Amino acid sequence: MNSTGNHTVSNGPAAGRVGADWYRTLANSPIGGPLGQLGLPRPAALRRYRPGQPLTDGPVLVGTAGTGRLAEHLLALPGLALPGPDPATEPGTEPEAGLGGLVLDATGLDTLAELAAARTFLSGALRRLRPSGRVVVLAGLPEQAGDVTAAAARHALDGLVRSVAKELRDGATANLVLLDAAAAPADLESTVRFLLSGRSAYVDGQVVRVGAAGPAAVEIPGGPLHTGRVVLVTGAARGIGAAIAEVFARDGATVVSLDVPAQGDALAATSNRIGGLALQLDITAADAPDRLTEYLLGRHGGVDVVVHNAGITRDKLLVNMDDARWDAVLAVNLRAQLELNAALLGGVGGQDAPLRTGGRLISVASTSGIAGNRGQTNYAASKAGVIGMVRALVPAAAGHGSTVNAVAPGFIETEMTGAMPFGTREAGRRINSLHQGGLPVDVAETVAWLAEPGSGGLTGQVVRVCGQSLLGA
Amino acid sequence: MTRNAPRRAAIIGGNRIPFGRAGGHYAKASNQDMLTVALDGLVARFGLRDERLGEVAAGAVLKHSRDRDLTRESVLGSRLSPATPAYDVQQACGTGLETVVLVANKIALGQVESGIAGGVDSVSDAPVSVNDDLRRVLMELNHARTLGARLAALAKLRPGQIVPDLPRNAEPRTGLSMGEHAAITAAEWEIGRAEQDELTVASHRNLAAAYDRGFFDDLVTPYLGLNRDATLRPDANTAALARLKPVFGGAGGTMTAGNSTPLSDGASTVLLGSDEWAAERGLPVLAHLVDAETAAVDYVHGGEGLLMAPAYAVPRMLARQGLTLADFDFYEIHEAFASTVLATLAAWEDKVFCTERLGLDAPLGSIDRARLNVAGSSLAAGHPFAATGGRIVATLAKLLAEKGSGRGLVSICAAGGQGVVAILEAA
Repeated sequence: MNSTGNHTVSNGPAAGRVGADWYRTLANSPIGGPLGQLGLPRPAALRRYRPGQPLTDGPVLVGTAGTGRLAEHLLALPGLALPGPDPATEPGTEPEAGLGGLVLDATGLDTLAELAAARTFLSGALRRLRPSGRVVVLAGLPEQAGDVTAAAARHALDGLVRSVAKELRDGATANLVLLDAAAAPADLESTVRFLLSGRSAYVDGQVVRVGAAGPAAVEIPGGPLHTGRVVLVTGAARGIGAAIAEVFARDGATVVSLDVPAQGDALAATSNRIGGLALQLDITAADAPDRLTEYLLGRHGGVDVVVHNAGITRDKLLVNMDDARWDAVLAVNLRAQLELNAALLGGVGGQDAPLRTGGRLISVASTSGIAGNRGQTNYAASKAGVIGMVRALVPAAAGHGSTVNAVAPGFIETEMTGAMPFGTREAGRRINSLHQGGLPVDVAETVAWLAEPGSGGLTGQVVRVCGQSLLGA
Repeated sequence: MTRNAPRRAAIIGGNRIPFGRAGGHYAKASNQDMLTVALDGLVARFGLRDERLGEVAAGAVLKHSRDRDLTRESVLGSRLSPATPAYDVQQACGTGLETVVLVANKIALGQVESGIAGGVDSVSDAPVSVNDDLRRVLMELNHARTLGARLAALAKLRPGQIVPDLPRNAEPRTGLSMGEHAAITAAEWEIGRAEQDELTVASHRNLAAAYDRGFFDDLVTPYLGLNRDATLRPDANTAALARLKPVFGGAGGTMTAGNSTPLSDGASTVLLGSDEWAAERGLPVLAHLVDAETAAVDYVHGGEGLLMAPAYAVPRMLARQGLTLADFDFYEIHEAFASTVLATLAAWEDKVFCTERLGLDAPLGSIDRARLNVAGSSLAAGHPFAATGGRIVATLAKLLAEKGSGRGLVSICAAGGQGVVAILEAA
């Protein structure tokens, strides 16, 4: 019962709704010009993915620092537009209108001289970057460097890329990908494509580690990326969960949307919008793992991707926190994930595990779980706990031929943030390099990337979707 | 001819909205609204968006004239394929179960592979019509061809004609309400107040317990802010019920607002199909419909109680199947009134009734009361007339699937002296 036809993924709250980002609208209007002169932030309209859209808005310049081992592979990346001749070196040729992205292969970077070469490449090309342009730097793992100098040079890229991300304007982003020595060029492809595309609109200043996919590699389908896969999304009735369900349906998956029975009407609406399936279940119930296992095996013969998105907040300063608030948040946000993951991976040897080989477990954490947040001791503890769980589950998931990852959303425009007090909401929106809140679809695209068949080399990662927020940076 | 060899229709699942109290949560919802949303919940549960099903059969007891082809209009408003045919059925409170039987029979004969049965009713959005005198004047005016004829028709207008016709919960042939009829039967069978109240408490407690253990998670979808049936009282107790005044049967009556079903709004649906259709979609089968029987009694002149037809239908069906009353793991007897359930059970235990009226050699027998309405019934859930059959069939099918084996009996009494009964067997 796959969905038929294309789906339009909603881009979050409609303009004009309570809590909508009126400031961004104003700053981009004809009368918004003076705002920039006053030194006020000028949030750009971010380039987001639409079906059929080219990978980047303009050609991608590929450069190397040191003896990169990937340039050839990168230049052959399907759908990658390459720039024409450079007028600076070949007089008489027309200058490019601008670049859609820069990819620097620094996998061979081992000396400070090579680090300087990285600077030279970037500084020369950054000015040619178009709005919502992309900077992707690829490097080897510092801990796998041959000597101390090489490790220092490689890690120096971390500071370089994060700073570039802060200097970029007009919705452009910069991210660093660290490649394990054991990883093949093919293991990198899904990540490079994601970071170059409009799907990573709100992922900025991040460091992602890519290893060898090994048994977690899944054959890439001919059609949409998630064709033929069964995807379970918890907390899918509305908000970020609904956006995740929509993106997977758009990309060809059979999507099971789960939420508590009390959200059943919104859940049915979400499911019917994307042509998926609704499952009403309280994931904190004692028999929830058994019931979910029975459903997944009985109805679908198993599951390929599980997105633990269900979460609640019950904010209160710790001194005023009662048992009910603490227990409810920990039960939904952390304990249920621990118990469901145990059931999904199955008993000893993974027998009767509903999660199929090549599976993807993805948790939605939060920047609150990284940075902490006043009034959210329970929520931050639960989300930090999720991060701890994800990292600790890596070996078990690998043994099962699967991966486990987390995304940590920052300020995302949802009904929940729409209801925040004005000052808190405005501060949350602006304290990041893109000077705006993200949309639920930004989180959804990031989750879908981690779940891709070609993302088997990504595991144990916590990727923030926060526009390089100052919180928890 | 193998194509038309009868097979048992599979009951795959169900969906209903929580039943609301008259004038409550669904006061502004129409029958079409409720049936459409119940269908959409079923579509979401089973991934049926844009599916062309064999048919959808549903109905309502209280129906607006604008709701001609209510079911087809609801299908068109739903996420099902618009190429899914639909028709309306109306058989008083037997409507819901009768639609299940109709769809199941077509599946059994191979005429369709899948279908949805259902029902809906609203007493909050009930049809109020122009009074008959005024209607005749308006029809005459409509047919008048000359100015003179029109004026003559208009001259017949009278102030009293503004009083509308309200739908009544009364039998057209006796003028008695259903409650008054049931009170007569309760008195005849000497059904006591205490046992009626006990049955009522059990209904509420069983329904509440079923909700608490998540039994209804895949049977009910919330609607308009209602998550559970509005009339459910988890704390129901006989002491509180004993304080209520009788509402039927005069001052000495035993029937109260507590042990009679409340007027309700709601809708229910049941997904049926052939085993093959279900298997192709990876849908587990909960139960099969084995048999069904409808009976009618002469409550006008024949001296039988208005709601006693199931007492006749069940023995006929059992005889055909070679079963006894004891051969069931679950009994789902619709609780129009607590006294109706008890009078039916009393009749089956009564030698005179069973020999003289049913033509049996001996009493039909007793049932194990621990197997009766174990997930609650109409006294607690409410009773939107045509929606009750779908509620019961989906509930019983799931009970059988949980048990993994066994057989269940459904018995539903209806106005007009009718009764629809059926047998379900675990898949």
